[in-house]
Amino acid sequence: MRILTCVKRVPMTGGKIVLSGDEQAIETKHLGFTISPHEECGVEEAVRLIEANGGESVVLTLGPPEAEEQLRDAMALGADRAIHLVTDGNEWDPQATAAAIVEAIRADEAANSPFDLVCFGNESADSGGYQIGIRVAYALGRPVATGLKGVSLDGSSVRCEQEVPGGRDVYVLPLPAVVTVLEGLNLPRYPSVPAKLRAQRKPLDSSSPARPEPRLEKLRLVVPESQGKEAEILGHGPDAAPAVVEVLQRIGVA
Amino acid sequence: MPTLVYIEEPGDLAQQSLAFARGLGEPLHALTAGQRVEVTGVEHVHHAEGDAFASFAPAAIARAVVEVMGTHSPSAVVASGTPRGNEVLARVAAITDLPLAANCIASTPGDGASVTRTRWGGSLLEEARVHADTLLLTVQPHAVAAEDAAGAAAPVESFTPALRDEDLVVTVRERVGSSAGGVSLAEARVVVSCGRGAGSPEGFGIIEELAGLLGGAVGCSRAVTMAGWRPHTDQVGQTGTKIAPDIYIACGISGATQHMAGCKGAKAILAVNIDPEAPILASADYAVIGDLHEVVPAISAELRKAGTG
Repeated sequence: MRILTCVKRVPMTGGKIVLSGDEQAIETKHLGFTISPHEECGVEEAVRLIEANGGESVVLTLGPPEAEEQLRDAMALGADRAIHLVTDGNEWDPQATAAAIVEAIRADEAANSPFDLVCFGNESADSGGYQIGIRVAYALGRPVATGLKGVSLDGSSVRCEQEVPGGRDVYVLPLPAVVTVLEGLNLPRYPSVPAKLRAQRKPLDSSSPARPEPRLEKLRLVVPESQGKEAEILGHGPDAAPAVVEVLQRIGVA
Repeated sequence: MPTLVYIEEPGDLAQQSLAFARGLGEPLHALTAGQRVEVTGVEHVHHAEGDAFASFAPAAIARAVVEVMGTHSPSAVVASGTPRGNEVLARVAAITDLPLAANCIASTPGDGASVTRTRWGGSLLEEARVHADTLLLTVQPHAVAAEDAAGAAAPVESFTPALRDEDLVVTVRERVGSSAGGVSLAEARVVVSCGRGAGSPEGFGIIEELAGLLGGAVGCSRAVTMAGWRPHTDQVGQTGTKIAPDIYIACGISGATQHMAGCKGAKAILAVNIDPEAPILASADYAVIGDLHEVVPAISAELRKAGTG
């Protein structure tokens, strides 16, 4: 079987977000980058499914040249090869992103065979549009279930579990299908050093699609004003305990 | 041209969506599906009915929304920025090839409508222009005041939307399991959490003890679940559980934006941290500066002494 997982390169923001001078992006000079968390679980799930069922696990990203780092990370987790849709670093809006992914999927499927499963994160950590996986599914004419914390294959269908208040809702989709997943689906492995070295040699195809005009056009980013809170220091070390209990009693929880 | 609001279920979030939609200045229509939901304060309720809606069926609901868009030409379609609200509107966006702005906190309608939407789970805002005749958006939960549900129920017009075979595939087949015992993290009045400073899985013993004394739930940071020390169900944060307790006691939590996105709903935050410069102090109401391994047991002992634990 063949599984495609789509991932996004996002900065690790730490304690405080600082914007670039033109207010178009986060200042990332001092930040590392990672695969957006939900998608990292998607890569791990795809690798496990291929380990169990045989076949090929492919990872795709649309992002700047540096996003190759995240594709190599995904291949260190066990993905077999990568597709890089290289951008100039400008952000693509959700419709443009989905359209480019659809085109890449069609091209890869024409050259190989259809993907049984295409996997996305439910939403990216940074722009959080909640729509790429769904748009791709509709364009390909495949069913999609979202926000999943359980994915299991059963012959020609995929059983999808979604956490809801009071339990888990179950969807059963015929393959080929699209799923969007959440962190907590699994605990991604720590890649070994040999796995990281192997990942450097795995095949990576890249192309540079043209960026269409955005229909959801980012004008500027704004860091929300902090509430201007100044924490009341109740004390230092264990001696602060009586003051803490006083606060808990005042709030009515002790 | 009306504003159409998809109402998933009655409650505070629905009233927030209605309040937001009212701000767009057009007459309000609501769309409900499956179970009848009483909606007040709108001119019209379109109720989609039929076997397809017996359980939650997001593809069928999206098709119903698109049908009403065809007959009533709304200038905007609005839903709550909940998992289901975002899913239904993303499907509508995919079917109609319209842009969708998710999790908005403000919008100015009109030609080249503008929106302010959240990124990074609310740690960052984006001002954006939407290039479309029909504005599709979802409303960030708890970012706008809910409107009163007072007034007479609006007239309901039921309809059976024309569905395609593929709309019937994506439907909830069954509900399995139930919430685990104990106090649920999302609903707890008190949450006591710890980061990697716990030192080990066993280090959470003192956190569990304090949470137990306060009848609260145990939470943790993403670093802790990534290390495999606690299950992901304990994780507070943008990619974990969003909490809204009366007080959040964050021990050894530095205050990364990913974490704070999950606890900004707390009415009060008490930070226990050895570092007086930790970013979390900028969001906390109270702080104790010190080693959590000494401070947390001392709080538990004091609670026992006070006889309230």
